[in-house]
Amino acid sequence: MSSSHARLTAAGFTSQIATVARKDLEIEARTGVAAGRMVPFAGILVVLFAIALDPDSGLLPRLAPGLFWIAVLLSALMAITRSFALEREHRAGEGLIGAGLDPAAMFLGKAAAIAVELLTLELLVGSTMVVLYEVSRPGAVIVAACLLLASAGIACAGTLYGALTIAGDGRDSLLAVLLLPALVPLMVAATRAFEIAVDVGTGTATTWVGLLGVFAAIYASLGSLTFASLIEET
Amino acid sequence: MSVVGGFPVLAGVDLDLSAGEIVLLTGGNGAGKTSLLRVIAGLAPVTSGEATAFGYDLARPPRAHRGRVVFVGGDAGCYEALTVRRNLELYAAASRQAPAELLGAAVDLGLEVQLDVPFGRLSTGQRQRCALAIGLARRADLFLLDEPHSGLDERGRDLIDRTVVDAAAGGAIVVVVSHELERARRIATAEIVVSGGVCGSKKEIS
Amino acid sequence: MNTSGIVRIVRIVRIALSVVVVVSMSALVLLGLVVAPPDRFQGDAQRLMYLHVPAAWVAYLAFATTSLMSALYLWHRTRRRRWDRLAAASAELGVLFTVLTLALGSLWGRPVWGVWWTWDARLITTTVLLFLYVGYLAIRRIPASEEVRARRNAIAALVAFVDVPVVHFSVVWWRTLHQQATVVTPELDPQIEGAMAAALLVGVLAFTALFFRLLWARYELAVHVDRLDADVVADAVRRRRATATDSVLQEVSA
Repeated sequence: MSSSHARLTAAGFTSQIATVARKDLEIEARTGVAAGRMVPFAGILVVLFAIALDPDSGLLPRLAPGLFWIAVLLSALMAITRSFALEREHRAGEGLIGAGLDPAAMFLGKAAAIAVELLTLELLVGSTMVVLYEVSRPGAVIVAACLLLASAGIACAGTLYGALTIAGDGRDSLLAVLLLPALVPLMVAATRAFEIAVDVGTGTATTWVGLLGVFAAIYASLGSLTFASLIEET
Repeated sequence: MSVVGGFPVLAGVDLDLSAGEIVLLTGGNGAGKTSLLRVIAGLAPVTSGEATAFGYDLARPPRAHRGRVVFVGGDAGCYEALTVRRNLELYAAASRQAPAELLGAAVDLGLEVQLDVPFGRLSTGQRQRCALAIGLARRADLFLLDEPHSGLDERGRDLIDRTVVDAAAGGAIVVVVSHELERARRIATAEIVVSGGVCGSKKEIS
Repeated sequence: MNTSGIVRIVRIVRIALSVVVVVSMSALVLLGLVVAPPDRFQGDAQRLMYLHVPAAWVAYLAFATTSLMSALYLWHRTRRRRWDRLAAASAELGVLFTVLTLALGSLWGRPVWGVWWTWDARLITTTVLLFLYVGYLAIRRIPASEEVRARRNAIAALVAFVDVPVVHFSVVWWRTLHQQATVVTPELDPQIEGAMAAALLVGVLAFTALFFRLLWARYELAVHVDRLDADVVADAVRRRRATATDSVLQEVSA
């Protein structure tokens, strides 16, 4: 009798990551649960920020980069919570791992799916802010690099902290308390990079984008290494 | 002993199982039969005492024996939004089998029509069959089946029995929890009564 | 050496440590309040530094201790429950001393800078550290089996350990690239005189001794609590077995 837990090749591992990511995105495409929460939430935040900061004060274009990332970070919480809730229905996640899915592949796959969802949200919120807050057209390269790396970083850190803080019964109130402080470096780098992109900041964006890359790499590694132990929640 | 959430679901178990056995667990509701299966599957903790399966210590994570264990319990382990076919393909990818194997098992269990129906729209019996298709299509050394006959028709139950006997003949251990005592006793090689989180001794069935 | 011999030695060491704490704290009070002269520019407010700097040191020491204990637990060759308990005890002390650090710093800042707070890189990092500590303590309370909880706690602590330098680095980078003219960086006057240097050193020593004494006490408390919990579980097991049918119980005891 062969064991279905034989060592995965790199190709097999990558294929499992893709399988998991595809599964999560397929389910999201069919049910629209995450989008249904994130988009209205981010939308109302955009409005609330404008109200809080008074559109006539001229502050909005200046503060847009920071406000954008706050909206994204808070919305990400919903995506992460949904990602974990998904695996609890009928213990599907447990079943797949038991059948031989590599936990690290599950981590990276789920993070990838969350990153895609975040990217979609960011494009929506970003374009809305550019219009509503009268932000100057940002440099495309910086924005693209920033969005990709930041989304990856938020997704990886988020999935890791999700595994740490979401209890077996789904109580997820701790996620925000832990994830948001841990995302401070990402917030700093992403906001500064965006400020440079819309000409309200000083310096070069490459260092900030580099920091985003390092952050994403760190959390991708940490998550891959520890996910197996963390989801053993007997 | 196994304590979950402060409640000792298993309060003293002394078991020894070997290849080719088909063991039937019987006992009242809440006795701990399902919990015992989950402990063996590595899905519930071993709070004290010793437990090993295939040389792997069940008390310490990671429960490395899980690759050789199939556990079919109350939860089908499928995603409601995806079709049966998609779910089976996912499991095939996880266990690195050809999807055809699982699809074939599903068809054998009478799910051909339901293959392209979202899992969420299946009846309880159909969900059970889906879980069985996933579980029984895998090659494993240990099968843990929690009420496998429930929700199945005569043909389905016969199929389960045949698969169990074949698996045991191939050297696997099968542990079954079932209330279909007559049918189960026909294929079982031994029976254990579970009560109050405690196991009685193994009684051979001729 | 026999057990009672070890117990005796442990008692003696503990008492000795308590004595060290009392003596060094007294010395600190004496040096800090009386012997050391007031600062040229900051006046008597500067004396708060003799508490603030040691407190900050201990806050980070506790953090390092929690991380080390967690690593010891995770490495399979040194895995013992005691590391998990020590990590918890250390984290609690860490919260205490971090809050103390921030409060003392704030009290010092008001008379010296005129502000209760500033967005200095170190302050931000220390605040984030506080959040991570508190979060860690909250994670510890998530229900799960002992083994799973201990592993999760250890991983959480080590993830935080990786995170703090990243936070520090990014924030320092940010604050040095964007010099805010009005902020006065809280550098200590490097040419501190003899008595002031002595007070600072004694402060660090006293606080370190205090940390270890408190850690010890908290650890022993944790051991007692775990014993009580084990009793509760044993009781629950007894009651559970009582529901078993007689025939099964007979076979078990046979």
